[in-house]
Amino acid sequence: MLEKYTDDYILNIIENQHCKTHTMLSSLLTVQDDIGYLPKNSINVVADFMNVSTNDVWGVASFYLNFRFDPPGKYNVEICWGPTCHIGGASELQQIALEKLNLVNQGDTEDGKVSLKFNTCLGACPQAPLISVNHKLHGKMDVKKFSKILDKLN
Amino acid sequence: MNYEIIKSDSDKKWAELTNGSIPWIRISDAMCCGSSLGSDEIIDNLKKYSAENKIQINISRVGCHGICYAGTIIDVLFNGNPRIFWGYINPKNVIKTINSYIQNGEILKDNLLGSYGDELIKGVPDFSELPGIKYQKRIALKNSGNIAFDDIFQYIANDGFSGLNKALHSMKSDEVISEVKNSGLRGRGGAAFPTGVKWSFMANSKGKKYILCNCEEGDPGAFNDKGILESDPFTLIEGMIIAGYATGSTNGFVFIRHGHEGPIVRTEQAIKQAYNNGLLGENILESGFSFDIEVSLTGDSYVAGEETALMESIEGKSSKPRSRPPFPAAYGVWGKPSTINNVKSLSYVAEIIRNGSDWFKSTGTESSSGTAIVCLSGNIVNPGMYEVEMGVSLGDVIEKLGGGIPDGRKLKMLQTGGPLGGVLGSDSLKVKIDFDEMAKAGAILGSGGIIVVDDRTCAVDLTKSLVAFCQYESCGKCFPCRLGMTHLLEIVEKISRGEGQIEDLSLMNKIGKNMQAGSLCGHGQLGYNPISSALKHFQNDFEKCMSGDCPTGSCKERKIVFPINTRPNAWQVKVGM
Repeated sequence: MLEKYTDDYILNIIENQHCKTHTMLSSLLTVQDDIGYLPKNSINVVADFMNVSTNDVWGVASFYLNFRFDPPGKYNVEICWGPTCHIGGASELQQIALEKLNLVNQGDTEDGKVSLKFNTCLGACPQAPLISVNHKLHGKMDVKKFSKILDKLN
Repeated sequence: MNYEIIKSDSDKKWAELTNGSIPWIRISDAMCCGSSLGSDEIIDNLKKYSAENKIQINISRVGCHGICYAGTIIDVLFNGNPRIFWGYINPKNVIKTINSYIQNGEILKDNLLGSYGDELIKGVPDFSELPGIKYQKRIALKNSGNIAFDDIFQYIANDGFSGLNKALHSMKSDEVISEVKNSGLRGRGGAAFPTGVKWSFMANSKGKKYILCNCEEGDPGAFNDKGILESDPFTLIEGMIIAGYATGSTNGFVFIRHGHEGPIVRTEQAIKQAYNNGLLGENILESGFSFDIEVSLTGDSYVAGEETALMESIEGKSSKPRSRPPFPAAYGVWGKPSTINNVKSLSYVAEIIRNGSDWFKSTGTESSSGTAIVCLSGNIVNPGMYEVEMGVSLGDVIEKLGGGIPDGRKLKMLQTGGPLGGVLGSDSLKVKIDFDEMAKAGAILGSGGIIVVDDRTCAVDLTKSLVAFCQYESCGKCFPCRLGMTHLLEIVEKISRGEGQIEDLSLMNKIGKNMQAGSLCGHGQLGYNPISSALKHFQNDFEKCMSGDCPTGSCKERKIVFPINTRPNAWQVKVGM
């Protein structure tokens, strides 16, 4: 497979990162923000850039739950399952999403279109239960409204 | 730059904005009341309306008023009238509301919240009499909802940076520390440690020192740190610079979770404006004191909010706690002395310096001075972010500010202080909001989150959700927490399925004790809290569930799908899904 993102491309992203203090984490976040995931070679590029071992970088990349190692779907759907959303009926939203997307847990659909994630807190609890589609929050969700949103993802 | 010059410049701009010749429209645009309800489209529509009809308007995006339930809130200052507030504004009804008022002088009754100012308008209710406004006492949030979060001049015109100016030019650094000590300000992040005392720990060490502001707010049910940064990031920046001056620090980091765009963008914007006006960087306000602040981002990890894990994360490593001692004041980020304060704690500092510690001490209770910023969510009529005086009872917060429980249901449980906090029963309404009183009642005030739960939820069901959260977010460094949380979750899940046995209770107690003794940080040490506090008040629910007879049926109705944990050393929960 042709490597789409060359080492130079990734190095350029990291060198121009927004954070003033450059660390392994800030570099990895920058790569994922730009590309949407961490391509295999990015780990080596970050290791060289930070002058640490590949092992060190893998350790950080695999620790934080927001990092992905394969391309994300076109739609990034997140369902909050924190306690406030739970008492507001989040588990029903989880069930309907799994059913409609033909999944058994969080992950990507077979056609790769939708990436489903269960989030521990989306941070706008007064509007619980919450979901987000491509980082846009939708509050006061119910099964009917969510089904409609899911049906529209094409 | 000289403070007097910026201040008179800001005052002039403020006078132009508020003289009433051009309508000034303020839109509440924080995470809960704004962007999740379509504030961007509201602003777009207003701009389009202004251009198409050639009507001049000033639009400011402001922060949270606290009454999240009425979002999006919009208010207009025009024509010498007081501010007129409307709630429940959406992209569809905004133009009609605004147009009738500024073109025809007609105040639409639909969604009208009230007017606010010295002279009220006949027939329009008083905005400050709304329960959600009336029972608040705002110190840290005094600017929130009143000034634009992206305009430093509005902040300065409202006495912003006058506390910093006072500290830099008329107080020695140890006087600032004594002032904060004397104010009785205690840490709002959870541990309630006196802020001034914390600062004094590293005041005497030399060289590079750091002030770290913790906004890693992963607690479900708490959104006040993000709320402050979204509503008024300047207050935090001023507080951080004062903290830097008091402790002799050189650098500051504001630590926010990646992906929370509102707080990140707004804080970065505010930092940039402060640099541009000589309020950050070299020789701040010609005082000779220099201080730098930048935003540091972390990945998704709840434990990153723990102080030593936070330092690991700023260094760019996995956010796993360090063992203490050495304590951060001696050996912090990159081995340098560091002080970690919560966003809320730092947001009081500017007002304390400006008005004096005695003024601050006069609010609140003997042991907890000032206010608490509580976040009400769950089964409550008016969820919101309310700043209330310490000493107010939980019952008052829930009844007066929250408007009680909806649908005629009864209050059953209150979950306070984040998932590691505790569960209180409905008999706790007399408990006062105060660090020590709450601890005595078996819960913590913590970060100020209060999740209200009515009688449709079984205590086992709520506990399951809390324990699942704690299990998922264990960083995995210490095995008592990593294995213990998993084991606890498996048992609670079993009980909620109706297959528990009475011996499970003592087994959980044993695991909980081991976690408390054997974990490095609060996550493991307090990990048994949600279960122990629920058992204290609702053992009956647990026993009923064990015999397959869930008292409310919610255990059976709500089937949580536990997400697969992708951490390499995480233990997957094995439960009958």
